[in-house]
Amino acid sequence: MSQLDTRNQDKFVSTETIDGEIATLNLGPTHPATHGVFQNVMKVDGERIISSEPTIGYIHRAFEKLAERRPYNQITPITDRLNYCSSPINNMGWHMTVEKLAGIEVPKKVDYMRVIIMELARIADHLVCNSVIGVDTGALTGFTYVFQEREKIYEMYEEVCGARLTTNIGRIGGFEREFSPVFMVKLKKFLKEFPAKFQEFDNLLTRNRIFMDRVIKAGPISAEKAMSYGFTGPNLRAAGVDYDVRVMNPYSSYGDFDFIIPVGQDGDTYDRFIVRQEEIRQSLGIIRQALDGMPEGKHYADVPSFYLPPKEEVFRSMEALIYHFKIIMGETPIPAGEVYHAVEGANGELGYYLISDGGRTPYRLHFRRPCFIYYQAYPEMVKGAMLSDAILTMSSMNVIAGELDA
Amino acid sequence: MDFALLLEKSILILILTAITLGIATYLTYGERKVAAFLQDRLGPNRAGIFGILQPIADAGKMFFKEELIPKNAEKWLFILGPGLAMITACITSAVIPWGSHLELFGRTIQLQVADVDIGILYIMGIVSVGVYGILIGGWASNNKYSLYGAVRASSQMISYELGMGLALIAVIIMSGSLSLREIVEQQSGWGGMQWNIIYQPLGFIIFFTCALAECNRAPFDLPECETELIGGYHTEYSSMKLGFYLFAEYINMFISSAVMTCMYFGGYNFPGMHQIDSQNLLAVLQIAAIFLKISFFIFAFMWIRWTLPRFRYDQLMHLGWKTMIPLAIVNMLLTGGGMLLFGK
Repeated sequence: MSQLDTRNQDKFVSTETIDGEIATLNLGPTHPATHGVFQNVMKVDGERIISSEPTIGYIHRAFEKLAERRPYNQITPITDRLNYCSSPINNMGWHMTVEKLAGIEVPKKVDYMRVIIMELARIADHLVCNSVIGVDTGALTGFTYVFQEREKIYEMYEEVCGARLTTNIGRIGGFEREFSPVFMVKLKKFLKEFPAKFQEFDNLLTRNRIFMDRVIKAGPISAEKAMSYGFTGPNLRAAGVDYDVRVMNPYSSYGDFDFIIPVGQDGDTYDRFIVRQEEIRQSLGIIRQALDGMPEGKHYADVPSFYLPPKEEVFRSMEALIYHFKIIMGETPIPAGEVYHAVEGANGELGYYLISDGGRTPYRLHFRRPCFIYYQAYPEMVKGAMLSDAILTMSSMNVIAGELDA
Repeated sequence: MDFALLLEKSILILILTAITLGIATYLTYGERKVAAFLQDRLGPNRAGIFGILQPIADAGKMFFKEELIPKNAEKWLFILGPGLAMITACITSAVIPWGSHLELFGRTIQLQVADVDIGILYIMGIVSVGVYGILIGGWASNNKYSLYGAVRASSQMISYELGMGLALIAVIIMSGSLSLREIVEQQSGWGGMQWNIIYQPLGFIIFFTCALAECNRAPFDLPECETELIGGYHTEYSSMKLGFYLFAEYINMFISSAVMTCMYFGGYNFPGMHQIDSQNLLAVLQIAAIFLKISFFIFAFMWIRWTLPRFRYDQLMHLGWKTMIPLAIVNMLLTGGGMLLFGK
């Protein structure tokens, strides 16, 4: 501990202490409230935090470096493990990035299917985040209500791709298979039943006096600060900036849908909570619109060099066999170039910066992970706050360890 | 003092201790079942039918767990902490009247271990000692999170004991006695329905809130809140020493409910009690009545725990000192004024 004490001594500004006695509190890396492996070495004066020094990298898995050794279609499973609460968004963001580089046009139907899956993922992610804010304030019951609903979303993923958490959903150029009738039934049932269940959760917390007292003014950040840090997503919108990649830079036919971007005012925990609550409702609307306006067509683009041919074809035709072999061996033709594509991830702008030299693997791939950016602001946001606020700030920013450390 | 009285009291103490411990054990089960009910889950259902043997399995597990005392802990204080918490929790039940009296073997058996005429004072005194168990345990663990829990617990209990005491004073002004039996007996009017809650609704709300805080129950479970302090004062405890802390919490809950019942809800009085002629039958029904009322309060404790979020430390202090205590004083003054003007 003494080593930590002397490290960066000048950084700790110890003004306004009650009796001048400052303790060091090691929050993490295995603290249950951090929901992942984060470490914060905090200087505390009683319950008040004077300074906090985060350490990151506990689950760094060198994804960007790994990606330089993998063919394009094998990078999708890596993206699963970024923000593992909403893997499908990561997967599809990556697919769209490659499509952008290779100049692949996907059919409208694929766009709509993607929108449905991505919005389901957004709902799942926001449910986790908001219910965990509840848990961190001590209200455990709302959590169990919405986790049943999240379970249904996971069942739908299972119906589309066979996996639940690390989905690896879809392919470059479209979907591996058409939405099954079972999926459709499940989705329609979900759309019908979810709002009531969600309202139940909302009733438990949103206007609860104790909850409001706890979260209002907890870990606030101004719009100016948030923008200069590079905040995006719900955290920036909670601060009052209406930036949403889905609207600012529409991808996957998001321009076709009619939805509202909720914005907050103070950028505190309550605003973040409310913005996420409202986004869940908007996402439901988007899913309904996509379902109603689902165009006819194929569920994949006509790109044989990226999209695996059906197995029966592989056994019968030589062409399919060649494509199959090439895709599996990672010998897909890709132009040299540089491309940036961003999607509105569940907790912010998730960007992929891809440089290709025309080889079988990316020359360089950088993930713009929103959590990494939020976490930089964390020490400033909790400075002078109570210990309980610090925990709430972390959970309400929805910092996911997997995405932070990549 | 005759021998028969000694025997009678010893048996009563034994039964009461057994019941208290048994209830505390089954409250853990009850809590899990209530939580499951509120959270749309099943709860424990593997040990025995409806999981009825779960608490026994839990207790067995607690006994056989490895006993860990951290190297840097203050060993004796570390052991003393849970012991103190348990003892203070257990001895509070001595002054609670469980019923009027039984007539057996030609003797009148009072259903109360000790009818001391300072019953409430005794309870308040013991309860304030109870905080030492938590404070000592948290301090002796030599862990910062435990210390946080201990500090929170002590400051919280001191603040809320004041409000609690002031709320009780209003009842004492009305009854003019500190003896619990006396207070309960006075509520037997109107066919067993002249409960103090009718005169003291505000006092009851204050007392109930403070009782939640005294038992470290949500929304006042700051000393042990797992999301911030990882269990707070009992972070470092294991095996039965942890069990003692958990038990003590449930016993305290049981006792608080009993006190609340006696002070505000007529204790063992129930409507229609005056129509029953047989004293023994009456006593049994009275015991049933008080336990029914206690169960209701325990359920309320659990209901609140699984519904509400918890306060932040400063908000807790604000509520205690700026809301509860002034309200309790106002309530006390109103009661005093009322007594002065209208008499009994």
